[in-house]
Amino acid sequence: MASAVELQEIEVWDGNMAASHALRQAQIDVVAAYPITPSTPIVQNYGSFVSNGYVDGEFVMVESEHAAMSACVGAAAAGGRVATATSSQGFALMVEVLYQASGMRLPIVLNLVNRALASPLNIHGDHSDMYLGRDAGWINLCTCNPQEAYDFNLMAFRIAEDMEVRIPTIVNQDGFLSSHTAQNVRPLSDEVAYKFIGDYQSKNSLLDFNKPATYGAQAEEDWHFEHKAQLHSALMHSSRVIEKVFGEFAKLTGRKYNLIETYDIEDAEVAVFALGTTVESARVAAKNARKRGIKAGVATIRSFRPFPYAELGNALKNLKAIAIMDKSLPAGAMGALFNEVGTSLYQVKDSKHPILSNYIYGLGERDLTQVDLENIFKELQENAQAGKLTHPTQQFIGLRGPKLSFC
Amino acid sequence: MKGWNDFEIGAILFPFANNGEEALESHNNERDYTPESSFKASVAHWRVEKPVHNSEICINCFNCWVYCPDAAILARDEKLRGVDYVHCKGCGICVDVCPTNPKSLLMFSDHEDNQNALKNWPQKEEKKKN
Ligand code: SF4
Ligand code: SF4
Repeated sequence: MASAVELQEIEVWDGNMAASHALRQAQIDVVAAYPITPSTPIVQNYGSFVSNGYVDGEFVMVESEHAAMSACVGAAAAGGRVATATSSQGFALMVEVLYQASGMRLPIVLNLVNRALASPLNIHGDHSDMYLGRDAGWINLCTCNPQEAYDFNLMAFRIAEDMEVRIPTIVNQDGFLSSHTAQNVRPLSDEVAYKFIGDYQSKNSLLDFNKPATYGAQAEEDWHFEHKAQLHSALMHSSRVIEKVFGEFAKLTGRKYNLIETYDIEDAEVAVFALGTTVESARVAAKNARKRGIKAGVATIRSFRPFPYAELGNALKNLKAIAIMDKSLPAGAMGALFNEVGTSLYQVKDSKHPILSNYIYGLGERDLTQVDLENIFKELQENAQAGKLTHPTQQFIGLRGPKLSFC
Repeated sequence: MKGWNDFEIGAILFPFANNGEEALESHNNERDYTPESSFKASVAHWRVEKPVHNSEICINCFNCWVYCPDAAILARDEKLRGVDYVHCKGCGICVDVCPTNPKSLLMFSDHEDNQNALKNWPQKEEKKKN
């Protein structure tokens, strides 16, 4: 029996330490991991918890991230609670196996500490890796700070392992900005946290010898489509369970999360839509913009997959202008978020069709400053007053050289 | 035909209808396989040529049985009993390793009737002299 850790009411943790403690409290059967910046401390801390007797499960050190996720898939199919962590190139190496995990409906929890993709090599944060895994059939949850990294890890097990869901789940946090920034975190006691997550319920475990199962069999044109459709349907419906878990977590902790998080949006005319730590900066900028007479708001989503089209469309439909912030290379298109937010607004009934603009920013952790955000709110205000775009749809912020903009 | 919402999640197949542990005790011919199991479902769609077994020449050395990558060679009561065409992929390895002269397994077109094939079996080859 693992020893419990006595936690203070308030701990000073960075996002990685917060995630490590959440994993420890979940009493995972198998963590298979390979280190990569900036997610390394998650499994490093976890490894020291194992060696000091605070964890009963297995900690498997492998030779690559591909092997780490493969071991996770094997252990999860065998019938255990399983988790790991990675970033950037390591995540890229895992991608092939991510599809195995989701196709086999194994409720693995993966901490993805968001970081740029090479080349050029860059160890800092942007959202490129998140988008690389976008279509892999995993639930993707987004967090802004260490407290949320902790809370969402606890909830991720509940969501992934729910019998209606059984879909592997990624908890995203921003590399360095969240993962290496120490803040006050209010943890639950080990006992309360574990009680919230609950005992692991296995489904079609490979170790159930009385009911042998074949995982990952071949299905060509005759059945492949049906299996993928089943996963898609389960993902689309999982938001119901995500909201249920958010609700139960709020009852336990008083911390209420929502699929759509808005700030000052009720009477806003213009808003910034972003993911991750940028949301917190944007709230400060919106507050300042209000002092200048701009009716500014901020919106974000907690689950990037499933994408909450209807809820988001409804939350944003009455705005006059929205800036959609993509912290990744759109590579020959509008930003990924831009496309999805735009679709949400087109889907929702009685939308006032806000004017949309797309800002590409922060690649390789180029700073996004309050001045940048102030300018964005100014441009939004101009769009709102003109009733049309007053600048190109897609613009790059903080890029050296001639201005880059498209469409 | 089942729809996408009819089957077990996770693309999982269950080879035995029930009691897997009991099934392991019995011979594979007597087990209660499900139609989705790879024992019952044909996994040989891509075979172009098939091996035909000639029991008249076969010396029951089991080379073919050992080497077949799909366990598609049928052996019963210590005798080679031919080929399981539901599982044979037509790779020809069994023919390659068969030591008799002429060979006791030969590849024929998948459409060839086995009786015809046996009638057209080649004669013993003379040993090549140096
Ligand atoms: S052809 Fe290949 S698969 Fe078929 S019986 Fe021979 S060795 Fe086995
Ligand atoms: S290898 Fe040839 S001789 Fe040996 S058992 Fe198989 S068919 Fe018979």
